[in-house]
Order: sequence, then structure tokens, then C-alpha cells
Amino acid sequence: MSGAPTSPYEGHVPVLRLGGVLLVTLQGDLYDSAAEQLRQDIGRTVSDSAVGGVVIDLSGVEIVDSFMGRVLSDVAAMTRLLAAQTVVCGMRPAVAITLVELGLTLPGLRTALNAEEAMNLLGATVSALPRRGRREST
Amino acid sequence: MTHSTGSVSACLPIHSDLDLVRARQQVRQMTAQLGFGLVEQTKLVTAASELARNALVHGGGGQMECTEVTGGGVRGLRLVFSDRGPGIADLDLALSDGYTSGEGLGMGLGGARRLVHEFRVDSRRGEGTTVTVTSWAAAPPRPREGR
Ligand SMILES: Nc1ncnc2c1ncn2[C@@H]1O[C@H](COP(=O)(O)OP(=O)(O)OP(=O)(O)O)[C@@H](O)[C@H]1O
Ligand SMILES: [Mg+2]
Repeated sequence: MSGAPTSPYEGHVPVLRLGGVLLVTLQGDLYDSAAEQLRQDIGRTVSDSAVGGVVIDLSGVEIVDSFMGRVLSDVAAMTRLLAAQTVVCGMRPAVAITLVELGLTLPGLRTALNAEEAMNLLGATVSALPRRGRREST
Repeated sequence: MTHSTGSVSACLPIHSDLDLVRARQQVRQMTAQLGFGLVEQTKLVTAASELARNALVHGGGGQMECTEVTGGGVRGLRLVFSDRGPGIADLDLALSDGYTSGEGLGMGLGGARRLVHEFRVDSRRGEGTTVTVTSWAAAPPRPREGR
């Protein structure tokens, strides 16, 4: 039973480029080293190509601790210096409540409810967004 | 004394960042089984992540023991993080928000204390650090002391 951990992220995180926006979808439980790698990957991609915005989708993430919080803040600060904006979206309510109690309000971070809204904030074309998860049919 | 302590149900090593992932998953699984609500699960998993990482980064590695406890008819989970690192010289300082001896945010220890119902640190210089935390599936069975 306990021998089947949900595969933690080993290699790199999927980073999808949609026009001028990078869409990063975090899922499951990230190794510290994978989170560290993510920071570098985003920095390189933003500086190498004409990317004006980064969207980090957290809807598949069950916990954000101070380490992950720092990675998110760092990415936002770094992309700002590279003339791009970062928007974090899809944070689960339990994660948000926990972060506030932990003392991490991540003031420098722009947020949106979902990836679509985040793309809108960045002025990107929403039609390019792949349809996935979360939205339940009523 | 209404508390009864079960036997240790899991003991995990903490020597790598993969072990941090395993520790989080263990706490998630046990809190879910014990009937913790989603927010309380997330709080304890997050506290465990902070304390396990401290044992790894500042204590040079250690272990996490998980024990199911019962108090006043309420079920809870007790986690004990121990390492044989340098210990914490000034506990008040270490607990204060924003203090770090490394390059963290300095929110881990004080933040973990806010996320759990009971929190205790035993640390001796040169001998190591043990942090014990407990959270309950419902409101804690004893009134909390001023935090
Ligand atoms: N197990 C431990 N052994 C030795 N020192 C520790 C231990 N845990 C915490 N400390 C000390 O307490 C300080 C504060 O810990 P805290 O977790 O709040 O911050 P941090 O680990 O430095 O940064 P972060 O915000 O990333 O957790 C640490 O910088 C360290 O000096
Ligand atoms: Mg810490």
C-alpha cells in the first residue's frame, strides 16, 4: 500500500509555449531539485525567446511549502527583470489557507483563478489554450 | 490524562529530497485515514515538509516517526522529527519569522508551529534536535494554551 507513491517529478516540468506565453503545469509532488530546475528552465526560456508572460498552473498541486513558495517568488522576480510577467493560477483553497498560516503571503505574485484568466491577464489568445481538468460539467 | 499513545506506525529516514516527498505522502495518507479534513491534512503535511527539510538541511539528515494517538475520543497524528545535527543555539531566535542561518525565508519553524495543534522542540547544542508535533482530526481535546 505505502509502497506506491504517486510518481514524484523526476526530470523536468512540462513547459508549453503558447505564442508569447509560457504555460507551466505543475502536478503532484515536486522534488526540491525539480523545483530548482524549473526556476532555471523558465529563466533560460524567457531570456532566449521573446516570451512576455509566464503562467504557472498550480491546480494539480496539493501542497506548497516555504521552499516551493520561494521558488515561485523567485521566478516572478526573475521574469520581471527579464521584462516578462508571471501569473500563478489555480491554487487550491486548502493550499492558500495553509500558506497564509505559514506566513507566506507571496506579495510579489500576481494570481488568477484559472489558466484561462491568467492568459487573459497577459493579453494572450485564449483559443490556444488546451482544454483540461478541473471544469466539471453540470 | 486522557491521552493514549499508540505504537509507532511508521518510521521514515530523511536523507534526501526524495525522502521529503515520501514523508509528505506518508503524512497525507495517514491523516486521510484518520479522518482529517482537507485543510487540516494540508496543514500537517506542510508542517511535516518544513520540519523534515530542517532535519535534512540543518541537521544533516534524520528520521520521522508517525504515531496515531487518541485523546478525549478524538484521533490524532503525532510526528517526531529527530536529527543528530548541531542543535539550535537560540530557539526563540530560530522560531521568529524571517530568521534563517542559511538562505531560506526563515518561515519554516515558526510557520510549522502555527500549522499544528501541539508543538515542542528539544534541542541540545552538539547533540541534535527533536521536534514533536501533534494535530487532531477534530478540535483538540484539551484547551490550547496561549499561542
Ligand atoms: N533541525 C535543526 N537543526 C539545527 N538548526 C535548525 C534546525 N531546524 C531549524 N534550525 C535553525 O533554525 C533556523 C530557522 O529555521 P526555519 O525553518 O524557520 O528557517 P530556514 O530553514 O532557515 O528557512 P526556510 O524558510 O526555508 O525553512 C534555521 O536557519 C536554522 O538555523
Ligand atoms: Mg526550514
